[in-house]
Amino acid sequence: MNGTTEIEVRGLNFYYSGNIHALKQINLTVQKNSVTALIGPSGCGKTTLLRCFNRMHDLYPRNRYEGEILFQGNNILSKDVDVIDLRSRVGMVFQKPTPFPMSIFDNIAYGVKLKGIKKRSDLSERVERALVHAVLWDEVKDKLNASAYDLSGGQQQRLVIARALAVNPEVLLFDEPTSALDPISTGKIEELAAKLKKEVTIIIVTHNMQQAARISDWTGFMMLGELIEFDGTNKIFTAPSEKLTEDYVTGRFG
Amino acid sequence: MTSVQRRKIEGTIALTLSTLAAFMGLFWLVFILGDVLVHGMKSLNLSLFISDPAPPGAAGGGLRNAFVGQLLITICATLVGVPMGVLGGTFLAEYARGRKIARMISILADIMVSVPSIVIGTFIYAVLVKPLGHFNGWAGSIALSIIMIPVVLRTTEDMLSLVPWTLREAAFALGAPYYKVITQVVYRGAATGILTGILLSIARVAGETAPLLFTSFNNSFFSLNMNQPISSLTVTIFQYAMGPYDSWHEQAWAAAFVITIFILIITMLGRLMIRWRYR
Repeated sequence: MNGTTEIEVRGLNFYYSGNIHALKQINLTVQKNSVTALIGPSGCGKTTLLRCFNRMHDLYPRNRYEGEILFQGNNILSKDVDVIDLRSRVGMVFQKPTPFPMSIFDNIAYGVKLKGIKKRSDLSERVERALVHAVLWDEVKDKLNASAYDLSGGQQQRLVIARALAVNPEVLLFDEPTSALDPISTGKIEELAAKLKKEVTIIIVTHNMQQAARISDWTGFMMLGELIEFDGTNKIFTAPSEKLTEDYVTGRFG
Repeated sequence: MTSVQRRKIEGTIALTLSTLAAFMGLFWLVFILGDVLVHGMKSLNLSLFISDPAPPGAAGGGLRNAFVGQLLITICATLVGVPMGVLGGTFLAEYARGRKIARMISILADIMVSVPSIVIGTFIYAVLVKPLGHFNGWAGSIALSIIMIPVVLRTTEDMLSLVPWTLREAAFALGAPYYKVITQVVYRGAATGILTGILLSIARVAGETAPLLFTSFNNSFFSLNMNQPISSLTVTIFQYAMGPYDSWHEQAWAAAFVITIFILIITMLGRLMIRWRYR
């Protein structure tokens, strides 16, 4: 499983509101076209780490990063990085589906329009491609002008994935994407993630260890803001090097 | 007496008292509306809308000047008040969210909402009527817009705050700059709520008399000139109701009827939108 490096995190520290030390000396490497899972008990910092990759923390005052995150060799934490450009290359899917209050078509077209593509035919093409990609096209092709709120939770989550895919990102961040969904919808999202890694690099935060074991190639186990262990998923779940990791994946705590 | 019996009696007393209070409130409401309806309908006729006032005491004539004046003043007030209110509310809920200044402005706006409108009228009189030397329509519009701004501002702020943060984050995550997140996503989510607030604020100022009495005053002639005194329904009602002629009283009733219906329609529209929003 030796691919090209997509993201390299070096000595990352993160502080909320100036002084809460949420991430401590994180080092890890994310391979291109792989699925990397971040697991760990609640409050361990996995979502915080995920939100560093698209600089979501910049939205709130007095958050501070230290260290480096190299995305294709460039440090995305440096001051002169254009976060708007970064976010169009690193997409994100949230825990609860976040459809915009507009039609299905407009939801998908939203990010595409932001990139300056306005021609109706181009938009239609991108929308169809993204929906096919996210395995939602057959369910919605006859009602593209219906409100996105009319879809079920699972469909909404796939809609949001399609919306993220429509801007052709290189990396997709998933923040517990299935925790609000039923098992069938969860299965569909997992299949989708496995399929998507051919084109994008995926980093997923999940509470569900079976999920991490099922879909990821690499797994990082975090606790109290530290990355305890990072290795191939098989290794983490069958022969972890750290006692803490073993206790967690075997369900002794967490 | 067992405790169950006592609770039953207490319940009956509470029910009786609150029912009586409700009927007391409703009684006056129905009385006033009924009175306006009965008298207003009686004096309603076509010439009310298409002709200007006849000389005092003479029969006939209408209130075309007041209808048109009221419309002009209200439209101008809306054009000034709504953008200021919406943008101000946006500042509070988005750009200044969580900051002390936002909290302070919110509280000030709440106070402004309950400032007696006559105070605003006299204030505008001092800054826009006295220096110019005569009453004028613009002053009336500005006075009404000052009443509108805090209402629209607070509803906008509240409605924007109701839009979940994850929705904004989702838009940010697609690479949208903040102003596009607000105008293209957040406003859409809050649109019906904000529109309801705007409608209710129009209904609120359409019934104001005191601020106009000191600013646009009145004009017995048809006029579209906002630089001069201009007639409005509410001030006309005030003047005609106090006047000595029966024909004036009748027209005042008719005007009261029309403006009540106007406000009723706007309020109903607002209510309808609220229901539509929570569908």
